[in-house]
Amino acid sequence: MKSLKLFGLATIVALSSLGGCKPKGTETAISGDAAEKVYVAPGKYDEFYNFVSGGFNGQVNVYGLPSGRLLKVLPVFSQNPENGYGYSEETKPMLETSHGFIPWDDQHHLSLSQTNGEVDGRWLFANANNTPRVARLDLKTFKTVEIIELPNSAGNHSSPFLTENTEYVVAGTRFAVPTDDQNGDVPIDTFKENFKGVISFIGINPESGDMDVSFQIEAPGINFDLSHAGKGKSADWFFFSCYNSEKANTLLEVNASQNDKDFIMAVNWKKAAELAKAGKGRKVATEYVHNKWDESTHSATSTMKKEVLVLSVEDMKDAMYFIPCPKSPHGCDVDPTGEYIVGSGKLAALIPVFSFDKIQKAIADKAFSGEYDGVKVIKYEAALYGEVQKPGLGPLHTEFDGQGNAITSMFVSSELVRWNIKDLKVIDRVPTYYSTGHLMIPGGDSKKPFGKYVVAYNKITKDRYLPTGPELAQSAQLFDISGDKMKLLLDFPTFGEPHYAQALPADMISKNQVKFFKIGENNHPYATKGEAESKVVREGNKVHVYMTSIRSHFAPDNIEGIKVGDEVYFHVTNLEQDWDVPHGFAIKGNENAELLIMPGETCTLKWVPKKAGMYPMYCTDFCSALHQEMQGYVRVSPTGSNTPLIYSLNNKKDNAQSPVKKAETK
Amino acid sequence: MKTTSLKKLTRITLLVCGLALCVSIFVPMWSIYLTAPQYPEGLSMFLWSNKITGDYEIINGLNHYIGMKTIHEEDFWEFKILPYALGFFAFLCFLAAFLNKKLWLSVTTLLFLIFGVAFMIDFYMWEYNYGHNLDPHAAIVVPGMTYQPPLIGFKQLLNFGAYSYPNIGGGIMIGVALILVILAIIEFRKPKMG
Ligand SMILES: [Cu+2]
Repeated sequence: MKSLKLFGLATIVALSSLGGCKPKGTETAISGDAAEKVYVAPGKYDEFYNFVSGGFNGQVNVYGLPSGRLLKVLPVFSQNPENGYGYSEETKPMLETSHGFIPWDDQHHLSLSQTNGEVDGRWLFANANNTPRVARLDLKTFKTVEIIELPNSAGNHSSPFLTENTEYVVAGTRFAVPTDDQNGDVPIDTFKENFKGVISFIGINPESGDMDVSFQIEAPGINFDLSHAGKGKSADWFFFSCYNSEKANTLLEVNASQNDKDFIMAVNWKKAAELAKAGKGRKVATEYVHNKWDESTHSATSTMKKEVLVLSVEDMKDAMYFIPCPKSPHGCDVDPTGEYIVGSGKLAALIPVFSFDKIQKAIADKAFSGEYDGVKVIKYEAALYGEVQKPGLGPLHTEFDGQGNAITSMFVSSELVRWNIKDLKVIDRVPTYYSTGHLMIPGGDSKKPFGKYVVAYNKITKDRYLPTGPELAQSAQLFDISGDKMKLLLDFPTFGEPHYAQALPADMISKNQVKFFKIGENNHPYATKGEAESKVVREGNKVHVYMTSIRSHFAPDNIEGIKVGDEVYFHVTNLEQDWDVPHGFAIKGNENAELLIMPGETCTLKWVPKKAGMYPMYCTDFCSALHQEMQGYVRVSPTGSNTPLIYSLNNKKDNAQSPVKKAETK
Repeated sequence: MKTTSLKKLTRITLLVCGLALCVSIFVPMWSIYLTAPQYPEGLSMFLWSNKITGDYEIINGLNHYIGMKTIHEEDFWEFKILPYALGFFAFLCFLAAFLNKKLWLSVTTLLFLIFGVAFMIDFYMWEYNYGHNLDPHAAIVVPGMTYQPPLIGFKQLLNFGAYSYPNIGGGIMIGVALILVILAIIEFRKPKMG
């Protein structure tokens, strides 16, 4: 991001020169039938699922469109005390990295899996910007099922973008850094020699969705911002926007804004994959972590990887080109036909549109203006289809309506602008409130946009909602784009800072939802598949409680003989086999979190009591009329005391004074 | 002699009845549906001649609040008998058609009616037993309340609406019973007309 100060100045200049065309209030922006168009009657469902990035909260938020109702917050890169994600023993491995356990991140972009360039509703991919990671979520369970760390990278911004058959998800580094096998302990003024911009290609198993860093490309040390794969005729190519071609390393807002043009980098990923397969490139020793969720054991595992294949600029000389793009480009979006590549110079007063055919011709004709760090630079005019003149101020991102138009978000002038891709004429504009970043049309970056709505994700809300102290909600705005004029329908506040989003017709995934996990298929090593199997087992200072939950009791429900300093593992299996009947589990004084256990699932909470005493435990999810009775006690005795380890298991009479079962000791 | 034999149509109908009874062995006989505010999608349970299917395990889970016994397939001795009983009546229908005697039609009809009534009584007794023999230590005890589902039709049981209806198999049984009675009447009125 360039400095806000610059934007601020630009805004002032723009406003004074235009004689103060301040957007009017909502009253004038909203038309009479807006409420009707977003009203989803009780008992009816929304038309689209909208997955919205959570920005600095590290999560993904799921909204229904057109109502704007929040349906769920999905933890991906952040711990979630609500359900124990990242706290339970099973989910802790999901947040492991080569730097250790990292329970937070900055989540920016989302990509829905595609088949033949159309969204297919199988998986959702999410990036972590800070500690470079890419996650895959399974849309049958809405769970994060895989997270892979990226070696040789920092600031995983141009990520995760997918090829049209979900062959690869790509992740370009925002920060150029020395590669992991080089000494990173170097003076910053050696930037130009030592720093590289590495792009990762993560291969995706077409059946299971499993990810694997197939290869990387060591590109020049510039900042990669955003990306999109080609489609149709350009499907073999990937396009990345870049900034800081100046390779500045201080006061970037000035020093990285010197060149009139930065680049869009075009990479033939098919060729790169062939080169990698043919044994080109070097094996770089590094460490990065691959975390996988197993639905049958209800547990994650974390594996450290030691090596990655890296292709150099030299290896890529016929498969990687720079295209000049004015000025500090941000978005890099490919239209549904795959012919037009739209760059958005966020400081430019125009939008350049490149032609895939012209790029191919320029390469064939060797229409190059030179080289940049060994990469051939195609002549701007040779690649350019045309420029959208005076589109607005601060163009950031473009999505497509499927009717031959593009809609671009304007950060500085706070508006959405619709223009025709063929003649590059602006045909409509509508104000947003305020400072819109990304925008999203359901399927709007695929071959088949569902061009009914566009949502603007705004950074500033000021007067839009009831104030909540210095920090205000971010906001999304829904517009109807089915007619000639874009019409504002709805504002809704969002969590975190929404960046990119994805949406698809609801029935593509609602029909596939898993309603509960079959208890017979639960292969968790500590699963308890019936109350009769419940038990307590001591192994030295570790105590394993094999516990079940069902409406409305735990088995066992009272445990005595735990000692201060014991590591107690509550392995709770929810025996329910019914939709929407999770049980919770919490214990007084636990430094960890609570659990929320889905029907048929086993979750483990670790607890290390520090003081002797009586510790109540209970169900936190109101599960039935007798939910409040779903409780028990754990008696903790001082270290070294000889209180026998006993527990009560479904004692029918009130024999709390005489528990009936003795724990096993191993 | 002539008056004791059956019409051709009667014999064909008997064959059809026999085939239908064979079918009834392999399809659900009875359905019980439960609905409640928390179960908008409803819970259903299907009784076959030899098994129970549907959401009966979920129903078991819910029934523990009121102290109702849990339903287990192995508790029903009927499942061991019913397929053979239905097979036997299918055989009787075929036999009556083959022997072409009014007597056999009457025997088949009479036995099947007895069987049908016994079936319904047995079913009623099961429902009565489940609905009345409740655990006195149950979490929810509503004085005077019993939870016997209806034999046929609808009944509100606390927050649950309970529906009980014949499924394909039950429909076949009722249909066959009706047809047999009608056939018997027709056949016995025939000589008077002749
Ligand atoms: Cu509970």
